[in-house]
Amino acid sequence: MEVFSWLQYDFMRYAFVAILVITPLFGLMGTMIVNRKMAFFSDALGHSALTGIAVGVVFGIEDTNISMIVFAVIFSLLLNQISSKIAASTDTVISVFSSCSMALGLAILSRGGNFSKYSSILVGDILSITVQELLYLLLILVLTFGFWIFGFNKLLAVSLNRTLAKSYHISAAWMENLFAILTALIVMVSIKWIGILIINALLILPAASSRNISENIREYHFFSIVFSLFSGILGLVISYYVNVATGPTIVMIASIIYFITYIWGRKNNL
Amino acid sequence: MKKIIKPCGLHCIKVNHLGVSLGNQEILKDINLHMHCGSLNAVIGPNGAGKSTLIRAILGDIPHTGNIEFKDRENGQIQKLKIGYVPQSLNIEKQTPVSVYDMIASYQSHFPVFLVKNRKVKNKILDYLKVFEADYLLDKQVCNLSGGELQRVLLSMAIMDSPNLLLLDEPVSGIDRNGMELFYKTIYQLKEHYDLAIILISHDLDYVKRYADKVILLEKTVLKQGSVKEVYQSKEFLKVFQLEKEET
Repeated sequence: MEVFSWLQYDFMRYAFVAILVITPLFGLMGTMIVNRKMAFFSDALGHSALTGIAVGVVFGIEDTNISMIVFAVIFSLLLNQISSKIAASTDTVISVFSSCSMALGLAILSRGGNFSKYSSILVGDILSITVQELLYLLLILVLTFGFWIFGFNKLLAVSLNRTLAKSYHISAAWMENLFAILTALIVMVSIKWIGILIINALLILPAASSRNISENIREYHFFSIVFSLFSGILGLVISYYVNVATGPTIVMIASIIYFITYIWGRKNNL
Repeated sequence: MKKIIKPCGLHCIKVNHLGVSLGNQEILKDINLHMHCGSLNAVIGPNGAGKSTLIRAILGDIPHTGNIEFKDRENGQIQKLKIGYVPQSLNIEKQTPVSVYDMIASYQSHFPVFLVKNRKVKNKILDYLKVFEADYLLDKQVCNLSGGELQRVLLSMAIMDSPNLLLLDEPVSGIDRNGMELFYKTIYQLKEHYDLAIILISHDLDYVKRYADKVILLEKTVLKQGSVKEVYQSKEFLKVFQLEKEET
């Protein structure tokens, strides 16, 4: 079949499976990130990937994936802690720490004019994914789904009112930290394929679009995952035929969905 | 209002020497309270007196010194205290896709709300919403409720686990005069028909005068407590609220 001719290549098949794993994951996580107004937080996390790689390079760690993940987890917990302690507004605090860590990462990685070696992480390349890396992604998907089954209610309860959650013996700090760690893991594991510059768009756009037209949590999740999957698959196919980078194509489709749902939502809510 | 459980008047809740400090600042000190089931206890005091802190301390949301006892007056047995809480407001914006069912189920049930509606959970929620004539709100978005509707929903949720103590933070915004009247009437009926003690943080001295059984005047510590008459005629009351009136 002509329509599926792109599936004859191994790299396209792997990329297709990767999309089938990553996009529902992002659709799922995005619902909570948008609800909790953490868009800026996840953005800062994405940027911290550079610092994580730099730390790995400085300490001579061979697999910079590990230093990247470890750094992101510590960074996310630190951000959580600081935002809850400091009275200044959260986005200011996050911005300060994010710029500081990113500058450090860029400075270290650009030493000796070597930055071009790392620039691929800015845009990402889903076509270079291997089978083993696909398995890691699958593991994270299962982990996230498990956390969602056991923790989503509590997370929602905490985000609505912390004191009220406390009266049901739900620990806000625990849930917030677990969620931050999970976000860090997901962003770091997928950043090589999606790219620092657009990873946040993929996290935010499907959930934000879904929010435009949903009235309850079930619709919110359903549409977010469907939009995410749809933009992912369509983006991959289009990028193959038009020969442009996959990540940006996906984001453009997700943006178009956002505008359509925005207009549709306004029409029906007013 | 259905489900009538007469208060037995035999349970009592005691707060002993409760104190809260944040850093070097002492916010509450040596609070002693004694409440019986079936009583409406109103906490009044100027802004920044520590009223909300008191509620958070009783809930265990912030560390405190002293202790809270729950006793059966007949045999003096100490039991586990169940607390219901009605916050002043929720952290929710316009357009948030969270329905009343989603909100209550997220606190009350372990069944993931993002999968499907669980019929058992739904029926339980409906039962309690009916107590406050709010069952028609089940599928409404929480962010679109009026102040009074939200208050009724939160009250339904607070009594779902049949608490012994109900902590209420009186709403200050989004409710008009009629709504407030209804709010106080509902609370009054609640304490008449359910076996629980109520602590209400109030900003409205007129309503307190009409509905409270006991008034607690708070400013860092309990300045005066007793019947409405005792507190309203005390020199401490005049001092606290006279000063406030001059300021405003």
